[in-house]
Formats: sequence, C-alpha cells, structure tokens
Amino acid sequence: MTRRLLKKLLPNYVILTLFLLIILIPIIGLIFSAFKTDIEVTKGPLALPSELRLENFQKAWITGRFNLFFRNSVVVTSVVVVASVFLSTLTGYAFAQLPVPGRKVLYPVMLIGYMVPFEAVIIPLYHFMNSINLTDTYWALILPQIGLSVSFGTLWMTSFFRSAPHELMDAAAIDGCSRWQVLWKILWPLARPAILTLVVLIFMWTWNEFLLALVMIQDETMRTLPVGLAFFQGRYSANIPLMAAGSLIVAGPILLVYIIFQRYFIRGMLGGAVKG
Amino acid sequence: MNVQHRWPGESRFHGWLYLLPGILIYLVFIFYPILETIRTSFYQWDGFSKNRIFIGFENYINLVGDSQFLLALFNNIKFIIFYTIIPIIIGLFLASLLGRKKLPGMTFFRAGLFLPQILSMVVVGVTWRWIFNPVFGPLNMGLRAIGLDALTHSWLGDFKLAFPSVGSIGTWVEYGFCMVLFLAGMQRISEDFYEAAQLDGANAFQQLIYITLPSLRPELGVALITTIIAALRVFDLVYVTTRGGPGESTLVTGFLVYRTAFLQNNIGYAAAVATVMTIVIFAIALIILRFQTSHQEEA
Repeated sequence: MTRRLLKKLLPNYVILTLFLLIILIPIIGLIFSAFKTDIEVTKGPLALPSELRLENFQKAWITGRFNLFFRNSVVVTSVVVVASVFLSTLTGYAFAQLPVPGRKVLYPVMLIGYMVPFEAVIIPLYHFMNSINLTDTYWALILPQIGLSVSFGTLWMTSFFRSAPHELMDAAAIDGCSRWQVLWKILWPLARPAILTLVVLIFMWTWNEFLLALVMIQDETMRTLPVGLAFFQGRYSANIPLMAAGSLIVAGPILLVYIIFQRYFIRGMLGGAVKG
Repeated sequence: MNVQHRWPGESRFHGWLYLLPGILIYLVFIFYPILETIRTSFYQWDGFSKNRIFIGFENYINLVGDSQFLLALFNNIKFIIFYTIIPIIIGLFLASLLGRKKLPGMTFFRAGLFLPQILSMVVVGVTWRWIFNPVFGPLNMGLRAIGLDALTHSWLGDFKLAFPSVGSIGTWVEYGFCMVLFLAGMQRISEDFYEAAQLDGANAFQQLIYITLPSLRPELGVALITTIIAALRVFDLVYVTTRGGPGESTLVTGFLVYRTAFLQNNIGYAAAVATVMTIVIFAIALIILRFQTSHQEEA
C-alpha cells in the first residue's frame, strides 16, 4: 500500500524538486561563494568551499563599511516597525470599532497609499526633506516609510478588528473598561497572529527598501544595506566572494526571520494581496 | 461593524484621537507628496531655481512624442510576459499536476518556492549579474563545460538578450509565488467535481479549463494584481543589473523617473512620467479588483 502510494507520489516530488532547485541553486551558489577564495570560486558555484573562511565577511564588514550600513538598517527598520505597528493598531481599531466622523472619506484616502509606488512621491518628498534639512538623516527614511506602512497596516488591522468577537468587548464595556483598555487588554492579545504577520511584512519591506534610501542619502556613512550593496557592486563587481559575502549580510537577517516565521510571511503575502 | 455607536458620555470625535498620529504622518509624507507630484507635472523646473514655470499640459504633450518614454512604458508591458504570464502558466501547470493530493513535506517545498519573494531585489540582482557574467559567470562556464560554447553570450551586455535576461530574473522571482498561491487554492476545490468530470470522460486539459481555472478565480486575481504591479514598478533590479542599458534596451518607467528627476534635474517632466506610471498602476489594479468583485456578486 505505502509502496503504491509512493510510486504514485514520486513524479510529483520529482517535478516539485526540479522547480525548487531552480530557485535554490543560485542562492546556494551565492552562500558557498561567500566562503571561497578568488581561485576557489572559479571551480563552479556548487563546489563546496574548502573551509568556512570568514575573510570575505570581515572585508565587507570593515573595508566595505557594511558595519555602518548594518547599523543604519537596524535603526531605521526597528523604529519603522515599532511605530507603524503601534499606529496601525490605533487607526485600525478606530476605523473598525469607534465612531469616526468622516470615515467615508478618510478610509479610501488611507488605502491609496497601499497601491502607489515610491516613484509617485519621491520627487516632491526629496525637495521637501531637503528644504527642512532632513536629507542624509534617519528621519528622511523613517517618516515616509511609516506613512506607507501605516497605510497597509490600517487596512490589515481594520479587517482584523472588524472580525473580532463583539461579546467579549460588550462584556468588558459593562465591566467598566474604557475604549483604551478594551483595545490593549482584550483585543491586542487576540490580535497576536495578525500583528505578527504585520510585523514581519513591514520588517521585510523596510529592510529591503531601495529607492527612498538611494535618493535621500548622499552621505556614504548613512546608507542602508541595500543601497550600500548596490554601490559596493560598482566597485568590486569582479570580486565574487566579496560580493557574495556582502549580499549575505544584507539577506541574512531577513532569511533568519523567514526561517522562524515563514508561515506568517506566506500567509501575509497571500492574504494581504487579496485585500489589495 | 456594529459597535461604532458612541458610548455614554463619549465625544463624537473620540475615534479621531486614535486616528490622528497615524493619519497625520501618512498625509504629510505620502498623500500630500502624491498631490504635489501631480501639481509639479504641470511645471517646468530644474530643482534649484526659485521660479517654477507653469506650462499646463506641455509635459504630457511631450511625453506622447517622446520615444524614450514610450520605449520605457512598452518595456514595462513586455515585462508582464516574464513577471505574470509565464509564472502563472508554470503555477497552473504544477497545481493541476499535483491536484488536491496532500503531499508530506509540502511545508518545506512551499517555504523554498517562496524564498525569492523575501529577498532584497538588490541581492537578487547582484546574484544574477554574477550568473550572467560573460567571463566568470556560472551560466557561460556551464555551457562551455558541456561543449556548448556557441551558446555562450554576454547576456546582460547584448542589445537583444539583455531584456529577456532581466525578464527571466523576474520569472525566477515570481513563479514560486504563483505555485504556492494556486496550490493553496486547489485545497478548496471539491474532489467530486473532478470525479464527475472523469466519469464524463473529460481529459486533464478539459479538467483544467472547466474546473481548476474557474475555481481558482480569486487566486488568479491575486496573482495578476501582485505580479503585474511588480512588472510595472521594476526599479531596483534594473538599477543593479543594467541601469537601463545596453543603449536603452532595458529602460523602464521607474528608472526613467529616477534618471530624469535626480540625474538630469528635469523635475516637471519626471513628475509627469511618475504620474502616468501611477495612473497606469491604479487603473490596472482597479480593473482586476472590479472584475473580481463583480464575479463574487454573481456567485
């Protein structure tokens, strides 16, 4: 029985594996290359590195200044994630549960932000930031990214709070809870899966954001990781092990979070788009 | 929805307290700049001088005859073949092949297939520039190793090949997403449909057309919106791999906006390109959403 089943399923696994390998081989090749020397890398992308050599990472980290880019990315991303999730919780709660005069205008206005590309805002945004001397600061990256994230977050949290059970809240209200207490004591614990999804999505979008940082930052020491990597490539494009190590520093944190929370990533990206 | 009545003693505007901080940041840093982009598109401005010159629709009139802009827009549309059509075909092929069987280990495959979605496009671009490198890139090295030297090319440096090469990176990013999406949708379809169809003598292709496709309509809508918007927004990937070259063969509107506004300081014109780009994205998203909801109402 199991053998027959296996025979039936085998072609499926073969095809799945084939499509999976097309995706994984470039990534595995990149990971291997990061540990190789210039000579080793010419032996082909899938040849194992002779040892776990960290020189390339050290060189990218210090000479390539990825230590600075990493710090910048961590600062920007953590502020954006915490602020956006907090603010989206408040706006989502208000749109779903509170009386909001003007909701019919405000809600669609918020949603526009979810669809626009950064290209639609970047030109005036740059001149605006420049006029108040905020280019080359974290603020130039943080504030617009919060604006964009709150737009999606509002959509996401509103649809969650609309589906929250009313009996609990009514009971809490009768017990004398304020609106604020209902939100944080009753709804927030229930919302954990929705909030975790929002956290990983905003983390990913902010960490990977490119155009905003490319335009707003001229000072090399203020660059974020993706922009740092793009400029790094301009200088060292022939040095594959070094480029690979730089790429892994950029992709590492997101890969780590993805390995732990992949269900939330996939659910969010499949579900978030449905509501787009 | 029905708890939106006021509580006793509560101000009418209580909800605004919760909205205010989030909405304020959004309005100042996203919504107002959108309007300002549209306004700027009616001006001529170099970005430095004090006076902007109002020129009405002149930027838009110039766009219609600008071969560079038309090429960029056309390239975005051609990218839809690589970002949308090929990945959806691959996804449907796989979904109809695997059907509704629950495969042990599917979580692992799903996570792997989805991987390109979470990577920075700069990392993806750097990786593929290496693979496509004419001298030491694994693609050409592999071709030489199996004696196919005639097939080696300067993939990203060739006027004819650069576009499909960059496009195929898009396919690599999107096809796993479509597969995961459709496989999830397949779980919803009742096995009875397929059994009935088999009794009626429907072959695999007919089952795909008459059962799988109509049942996957919501997933197809998501796949279309997500991947078409990705094709129209391409920027990072082109910036890292080709910068629009060689010549203008991989120029896209996103890169044209960046180049015109920040390298050539032709602000008004760049704003007009950005406005057209945004309108196209909105229009396509709305058409697909409308199509989706109208069918939901019928059902």
